[in-house]
Amino acid sequence: MTAEPILQVKEVTKTFGGIIALNRVSFEVNSGEILGIIGPNGSGKTTIVNCVTGFIKATSGSICFRGDEITGKPPHKIADLGVTRTFQIMRPYYSLPAYKNLVIPLYSPRARRTGGWRGGGRLGDRNTVSIDILEEIGFERDSYVPYKTTSTLPTGYLKRLELARCLALKPEMIICDEVFSGLSMSEIASMVPLIERLQMDGITLIMIEHRLRELFQVANRIMVLNFGEKLVEGSAEEVMTDPRVKEAYFGSENVEEVMSHA
Amino acid sequence: MSTAAQQRRKERIDRGIKVRTDGLYALMSWRELSYLIAPRSILIVGLLILPLVMPGLYWPRVITIVCIYALLAMSFDFLAHYVGLVSLGGAFFVGVGSYLSAILNTSLGFPPLIAIPVATLAGGGICTLALLPCLPLRGVYFAIVTLMYPLFMARVIEALDIFGGTDGIMGIDSFPSAWVEQYGMIVVVLIFLFGLRRLVNTDLGLVLRAVKDNDQAVKASGMNITRYKALAVFIASAIGCLAGACLAHIYMWTGISTFALDFSVLPIAATVIGGSGTLVGPVLGCLILVPVSELLRDFGTLRIVFYSLILLAFVVFRSEGLMAYGQRKYHQFERWTQI
Repeated sequence: MTAEPILQVKEVTKTFGGIIALNRVSFEVNSGEILGIIGPNGSGKTTIVNCVTGFIKATSGSICFRGDEITGKPPHKIADLGVTRTFQIMRPYYSLPAYKNLVIPLYSPRARRTGGWRGGGRLGDRNTVSIDILEEIGFERDSYVPYKTTSTLPTGYLKRLELARCLALKPEMIICDEVFSGLSMSEIASMVPLIERLQMDGITLIMIEHRLRELFQVANRIMVLNFGEKLVEGSAEEVMTDPRVKEAYFGSENVEEVMSHA
Repeated sequence: MSTAAQQRRKERIDRGIKVRTDGLYALMSWRELSYLIAPRSILIVGLLILPLVMPGLYWPRVITIVCIYALLAMSFDFLAHYVGLVSLGGAFFVGVGSYLSAILNTSLGFPPLIAIPVATLAGGGICTLALLPCLPLRGVYFAIVTLMYPLFMARVIEALDIFGGTDGIMGIDSFPSAWVEQYGMIVVVLIFLFGLRRLVNTDLGLVLRAVKDNDQAVKASGMNITRYKALAVFIASAIGCLAGACLAHIYMWTGISTFALDFSVLPIAATVIGGSGTLVGPVLGCLILVPVSELLRDFGTLRIVFYSLILLAFVVFRSEGLMAYGQRKYHQFERWTQI
């Protein structure tokens, strides 16, 4: 694994009116690694995803991808560079059959340039390519599932479809916003090897999760956010034993300390 | 397993399931073929023989007006149902198209058959540029802003007294003959009808529908949604301008009344009656609404009352639209005969 940073986030601040959603958050992601971001509800995890992918503009600070400034660029330009994301609330095209969902990203300039996931060059029939991608991501090819209307699919498949939409672009980086949430234990168990395989394919991942056990299984590094500020960064053990993290999640054991904070 | 064998396996699996899920089936007999072809051919043949069974001076003109409204209604339906932009700017498209074609014809001396295509493309470009600032708007906001454009243009022409001012532009060449006029319009309607139907089922059409359903996901897929919206507006406004250009040459006159809101509102009513999202429906709606409006002329001012009542009845009793209803019944009928 090379240690050069692929994504550098420096001092990013985002305010919504008087609310500070992110307060000077800085971190780096190295090429090929999996960075996990955890934190209690409302700690700014999704906001950081939105800032990096351009869906909202950071109030101040800079975000660089491969050394190029991407702060303030529109989302489609950032996706075009290969930084893709999944949505926490899944956003498939509900009225279309599942495989037609992928025809749309495959139509994008980036997919045409790169030939889509694993594609070597020119795209052939987009329908076939999209079913190929769906098969790799866990849709059974010899069943009706890839052809079913998206609105009839269970959550597990929708989460995979979100990932597949990213993969269709042949991404360099995928930012997963809670891909494990809402899934059953067995669904998560089948999702973990998938994530590991994406890493083996050389894709850098940022994972935002509440399912800590599964996250620690796959992530190389963990960053903890609390109230829009970076609390700790380090390996899973370091993070879990850190008293500040415990305090953020469970509250302080010491009553006087809580009172003095208040 | 070699790649060739893998490829064969994929194809074999996909074919079987695709056939069963996509409603694709091999056509076995003339009966099945005719099931698909009959409705289309009835429409085509029906439209083509209309001028023959409608002699006289009055009704042929109604046919061409039906065609003009049909073009507008198709463009409205395409934009509203497949791209999610509800446009009340139909009158703007018509006005721009008719003024352009009129100027090309009277000032530059282009014959109608050249002025119309040029006005269509140039008008589409102008309308798209004009609407570019409001493309980020959605839903009812886009509708309100586009409604402003025709009103705005009419006032500008009136106030600045350009393009003939309130008198309009007169002395525009007409079509070579009434037959060219009627058949030209009918063929144009059919071409655009089947062209649009094909377009919305291509991958590009899928992207446009995705922009309507879920623009965030399209952005996240690395596509500039404004570009696709602009492309769709260009297609729709070019169709509207074509209608306007033809109108100028049919009446041999153009004026501020081409920016009248009839051109924005009647296509919407036709779409409601015909069934939105079908593209054929709006054409059918125009075929009903325009002649009905002509027939009701005998009632004088009560015409609007009856017209509104008919519209109301459709909205209450057949809110899905005639075409959607017809399609359902047609498929049921096919089942019945099989049983």
